Amino acid sequence: MNMSFNDALQIFLYFLVLFVCVKPLGIFMSRVYQGERTFLSGALGWLEKGIYKISGVNPEEEMTWKAYAWHVTIFSTVCFAALYAILRLQAGLPFNPEKMAGLSPDLAFNTAASFTTNTNWQAYGGETTMSYLTQMAGLGVQNFISAAVGMAVMASFIRSFVRKNSGTIGNFWADMVRGLVYILLPLSFVLALVLVGQGVVQTFGSSVEAHLLDPLKTSAHVVNTQTIAVGPAASQVSIKQLGTNGGGFFNVNSAHPLENPTALSNFLEMLAILLIPAACCYAFGHMVGDTRQGWAILAVMTIICLPLLIFCYGQEQGGNPRLAALGHIEQRQGIYQSGGNMEGKEDRFGVVNSAIWATTTTAASNGSVNSMHDSYTSLGGLVPMLMMQFSEIIYGGVGCGLYGMLVYALITVFIAGLMVGRTPEYLGKKIQAYEIKMSSVVLLVPLFCTLLGAAVAVLTSAGQAGPFNTGAHGFSEILYGFSSAGNNNGSAFAGLGADTPFYNEVLGISMLLSRFWCMLPVLAIAGSLSAKNAVPPSAGTLPTHTPLFIFLLTGVVLMVGVLTYVPALALGPLADYFQTLHSIHQG
Amino acid sequence: MTKQKKETIMGRREVIAAIRHSFLRLSPGYQMRNPVMFVVYTGAIVTTVLCFYKVEGDKQTWFVAGVALWLWFTCLFANFAEAIAEGRGKAQAASLRAARRDIQAKQLKSPEKRDEYLHVSSATLRKGHFVLVDSGDFIPGDGQVVAGIASVDESAITGESAPVIRESGGDRDAVTGGTQILSDWLVIKMTADPGESFLDKMIALVEGAKRQKTPNEIALAILLAGMTIIFLLACATLLPYSLYAVQKSGAGSVVGVTVLVALLVCLSPTTIGGLLSAIGIAGMDRLVQANVVAKSGRAVESAGDVNVLLLDKTGTITHGNRQAVAFHAAEGGSIQHLADAAELSSLADETPEGKSIVHLAHEEYGVTPRDMSSIEGAFVPFSAETRVSGIELKDTKILKGAVDAVEALVTAAGGSPSPSARQIADRIAREGGTPLLIARGNRILGVVQLKDIVKHGIKDRLADLRRMGIKSVMVTGDNPLTAAAIAAEAGVDDYIAQATPQTKLDYIKKMQTGGELVAMVGDGTNDAPALAQADVAVVMNSGTQAAKEAGNMVDLDSDPTKLIEIVEIGKQLLMTRGALTTFSIANDVAKYFAIIPAAFASTYPALLTLNIMHLATPQSAILSAVIFNALVIVFLIPLALKGVSYKPVGASRLLQRNVLFYGIGGVIVPFIGIKAVDLILVAMGVT
Amino acid sequence: MTMSSLRISILMWLSLTVIFGGLYPALVTGISKAIFPAQATGSLIRDEAVRVVGSRLVGQEFSDPDYFWGRLSATVPMPYNAASSSGSNYGPNNDDLMKTVQARVKALHDADPGNESDVPVDLVTASASGLDPDISIAAARYQAARVARLRGLTEKDIDDLITKNTQPRAFGVLGEPVVNVLMLNLDIHRKAAHATGGKR
Repeated sequence: MNMSFNDALQIFLYFLVLFVCVKPLGIFMSRVYQGERTFLSGALGWLEKGIYKISGVNPEEEMTWKAYAWHVTIFSTVCFAALYAILRLQAGLPFNPEKMAGLSPDLAFNTAASFTTNTNWQAYGGETTMSYLTQMAGLGVQNFISAAVGMAVMASFIRSFVRKNSGTIGNFWADMVRGLVYILLPLSFVLALVLVGQGVVQTFGSSVEAHLLDPLKTSAHVVNTQTIAVGPAASQVSIKQLGTNGGGFFNVNSAHPLENPTALSNFLEMLAILLIPAACCYAFGHMVGDTRQGWAILAVMTIICLPLLIFCYGQEQGGNPRLAALGHIEQRQGIYQSGGNMEGKEDRFGVVNSAIWATTTTAASNGSVNSMHDSYTSLGGLVPMLMMQFSEIIYGGVGCGLYGMLVYALITVFIAGLMVGRTPEYLGKKIQAYEIKMSSVVLLVPLFCTLLGAAVAVLTSAGQAGPFNTGAHGFSEILYGFSSAGNNNGSAFAGLGADTPFYNEVLGISMLLSRFWCMLPVLAIAGSLSAKNAVPPSAGTLPTHTPLFIFLLTGVVLMVGVLTYVPALALGPLADYFQTLHSIHQG
Repeated sequence: MTKQKKETIMGRREVIAAIRHSFLRLSPGYQMRNPVMFVVYTGAIVTTVLCFYKVEGDKQTWFVAGVALWLWFTCLFANFAEAIAEGRGKAQAASLRAARRDIQAKQLKSPEKRDEYLHVSSATLRKGHFVLVDSGDFIPGDGQVVAGIASVDESAITGESAPVIRESGGDRDAVTGGTQILSDWLVIKMTADPGESFLDKMIALVEGAKRQKTPNEIALAILLAGMTIIFLLACATLLPYSLYAVQKSGAGSVVGVTVLVALLVCLSPTTIGGLLSAIGIAGMDRLVQANVVAKSGRAVESAGDVNVLLLDKTGTITHGNRQAVAFHAAEGGSIQHLADAAELSSLADETPEGKSIVHLAHEEYGVTPRDMSSIEGAFVPFSAETRVSGIELKDTKILKGAVDAVEALVTAAGGSPSPSARQIADRIAREGGTPLLIARGNRILGVVQLKDIVKHGIKDRLADLRRMGIKSVMVTGDNPLTAAAIAAEAGVDDYIAQATPQTKLDYIKKMQTGGELVAMVGDGTNDAPALAQADVAVVMNSGTQAAKEAGNMVDLDSDPTKLIEIVEIGKQLLMTRGALTTFSIANDVAKYFAIIPAAFASTYPALLTLNIMHLATPQSAILSAVIFNALVIVFLIPLALKGVSYKPVGASRLLQRNVLFYGIGGVIVPFIGIKAVDLILVAMGVT
Repeated sequence: MTMSSLRISILMWLSLTVIFGGLYPALVTGISKAIFPAQATGSLIRDEAVRVVGSRLVGQEFSDPDYFWGRLSATVPMPYNAASSSGSNYGPNNDDLMKTVQARVKALHDADPGNESDVPVDLVTASASGLDPDISIAAARYQAARVARLRGLTEKDIDDLITKNTQPRAFGVLGEPVVNVLMLNLDIHRKAAHATGGKR
């Protein structure tokens, strides 16, 4: 594989800028979640207090993990119900210039599940299904809320490492509102304006008719105009990128030129994908009083992500071997073209920016796309699928990614701790049967949703009707879909015809199970850890910031992910890959 | 001090017994206790059934039978590991049980009347009964001495041949059933019913009958069960996936149940799952071999976690007694004079301190040795009231004792204290020694410098502890000055001076509040509160019953340094589990490369590219993986029994070494092993 | 606890919906309108009659050989349907993909039989959005001779227009250099109109 200098530079720059942002944002987040004053307290404090006042919340009230979990559940249920209602009733609600009809029950269920779980799987096409009100007050609001809920749970989880002999883990409402007001709102606001500057649309006006320069002559008639869908996109695009939501304003998400028009908008949107998840690591280190712990976690994520990114890039840049076999097609990279496998990719991004996006959007549980993953080469498409199958902890969702990775750290600490002859402890907290039990649940649920869901799909005719492509790649589409829903990512091998009652329901249930049956055990662990005393570190303590630990944690994440999914992957992308090689060899 | 550890070697009889047990334990009830092995067990049953009922995808009977056979072997090997570990314990239990035969006992109606007794069998004795044990008798059960003093041979329990003194009142009043009185007599109050005695508990423990899972073992079992469920999901869903693949590609055949079972068993952590209980039993066994009886496995595990060790100064850090190292004459006195008087005053003193003064005077100060009988005088013994001892001669008295006591006596006799002697005494005390003043009549002659002698090698051991991350704390009744000096000399991290039961208890509580786990050694009744509070409390077998009740381990050798060994055994136990878990999981990589291409080759022949080990046929590949998976249990039995080697180094280095050995090694070994098995299968024509 | 939690949840949802679903997008829209009026409404291009002829950012279908062709578009029911964006979602091994590509290669050859060079890959593959406004410089150069010939322009004229409508990498690093097909064709249209006095 040859990587051009400029491509390498773009990857390097991406991570450089990301890591430069990690520390300041991480410190800021840490301070927000510890209720400290920040430079935004003056400007936005009134908003925070106002929300408490209207809702009747006492932000000082400490909650046990059960109370915390209860509030998370009730609130999420209310959000789910409200969104479902909006989706069903949008025809009769205002801000509907395109006169969009209400959604079918199964699509409304799927979409409501999708947006309350921070998955943002799109079984619908944005510009053809959703009214502006639905986009803003329904989907847009959930983009904020679901992200803030994930971050709140993370904050309470981190707190449980800091507290000793305490029964409480913080206040859910305060954690959520602070995340919304001080972190998500300012970042989204600024990013949205910059994106508009780059050309992302932001208007309440209805779609535009353009008169074609070269009228389209079909067999039946001549089309003279082009209808260009517009809308309040920028305000939503910014939060869907920052909050690892990923649900696009338009059907093709950030591949759409009005959602992601330039190389710069693309860079910023990609940066926004990993910005908060990466900063969460630093915030974690900062909150537990040892930033090395945060860097170690970030290192593990990067060590897994970067090689896979480069691998994905290499596969895509290598082009489609079957196109090469056709002849007369230039796929090689040159000064006048990026070349490579360009099916389903946009010219302004080229291969390298498509690969960075595909890898990071699935590493983080973002799921937005700027290229069509379904059309990736067999092994290139394996990368985003595998990234999701790592249970969305390689950066992962905002908050969720970090707490997921910390659960893996607990498992690693447990095995490694035994190897140094002590009851394992992480940051001074002993990891015992209860924590292992709950961690096992967190490990198991996404796998359960993914593997079992895909099994149900291939066994039923409704499920078998889904794939658009044939053979092993068709299976990949199903597996990708369930990996996406079962790990709350939201991206798709979009060929899968997912807007059917079967897929809407099964995937919707997967998303709900995966989100909440990971969140609740995590809160249970938080409650248990918070109640424990902390063992002071000594020479006999396993250090959890060293290269050795980073290596081990990386190994555990890879082993669990790869060992679980290799058999299934063998029947999907791997079979596809080897079959292609085989057929070209023989053809 | 510690007797030579006896390494039980696996005898033929033990192996045969273990093999028999391996088969007996194939009952579903027994297998269900271990979820990982239960999966193998179920797989074995399923494949056995498949041998007889030809099902699509499982038509090659020899292959199905081969897999079934080796799955049964896998179960048997795991059973064997457990049985052999228990067998080793049983051999030890048998020798212990020999001491627990039925003994004729003399039951007293009341402890006061020693001549009114009935001959009864020890089996009829109950808690609270009194018995008389005479010279030559065996003690019928665990009890507390209420009257008498006797020397007792406890070698049956401790292996220590030197007899020990047992007497009523004080810290040496506990006796153990099965031991023999060598001289004199004892009246004993029974403290345990038959079958519940210390010896019984110990036998039960080493036999593994009453073994309860320890907290870390439970946690690990949960993790292993979780992983097994994960792999169960991964394998079970393969059937529909494969159906779909065959349907869509229109080629090949659906993956057989036998293959899926084989895959599941190979992926499940059977290595650690099969050896888990053997490791636990062997760990307890090692403890027993070190002559320590733990009341629970939990205590052994906690020992590995300990980060503060409370060590009694006397006996652990220093030799039991102080020794004279120098004489210092008071101003105006001569050193020779002082040495002479000191020797005289101590001639009749049988304490180690007294003897060391005499020795010092003879060896270093050239005092001519004398004999007590040649001197006309009376020995003045030490009394708690006067706090001095010495000799009363015709004309005068020579006294030695604590500084203030001697000064008081001299003043009372009309003399005056010597400021220079006082200065010297203070200096000695500051340096950690103990000053004794010597006075002849009403005149102070000078000072004897006594010093604690730190045990040889203790400093290295304490340094080892520090590397292991364990803080050592010296507990002593000495004043802070003395304590600090000895602490510095021995290299302990902290000390508790002028320790009382209360200060010990407070110290432990303070440490525990800070999150530390505290271990201590004790023997006296007054140690009981602290022993009860400590996380790991080792009680000397010579200690009182109350102390034994409060502690969670008993050291039969009554060796105060044993605690360090116990910590190591605890760590080794956890390490063995961790190392084999890592090894077990790391093995999966190679197994995938063996099985996955083989399983799907009929549908997607191109997947055979992944057969990087070049295994002969799909069947031989799968069979090789299953056979390797079974054999690895057998190969690892010695390691499970012996435990992985432990060196007192920091956690990082320990981890590095174990990850390299068991992690990286665990990835590489099965590639070689599976290939080797495959070659053998090919050579045997089984393909 | 349920009732109070439910009450808080509902009130919380209401207040957050007002703030994040109403005030926030309204504020962004308002400010955008003030400082980026053109971009906020879709970067529209108007002709002399102030009629919208397209968006600078949204591609249009060109099938006439005397225009530069853009990427393939998989939108339905017609290509470059900006009301319903979509990619082809062909897997890399899909036979239909091979057919589409072959048909496109043939179409390009038929339009310019003399052109023997290999076709740049982006010209035979569908974009992700179906609305890609750009082609690679290589794809533009591949078609330059054909358009020049059919338009009666010199290749130099065409090259100049390609260069004029080439968007270089941002800061010289980010993204790929691309040629905006609609803008290029508009320029060609104008230039040709001048030269021939309005062919169309």
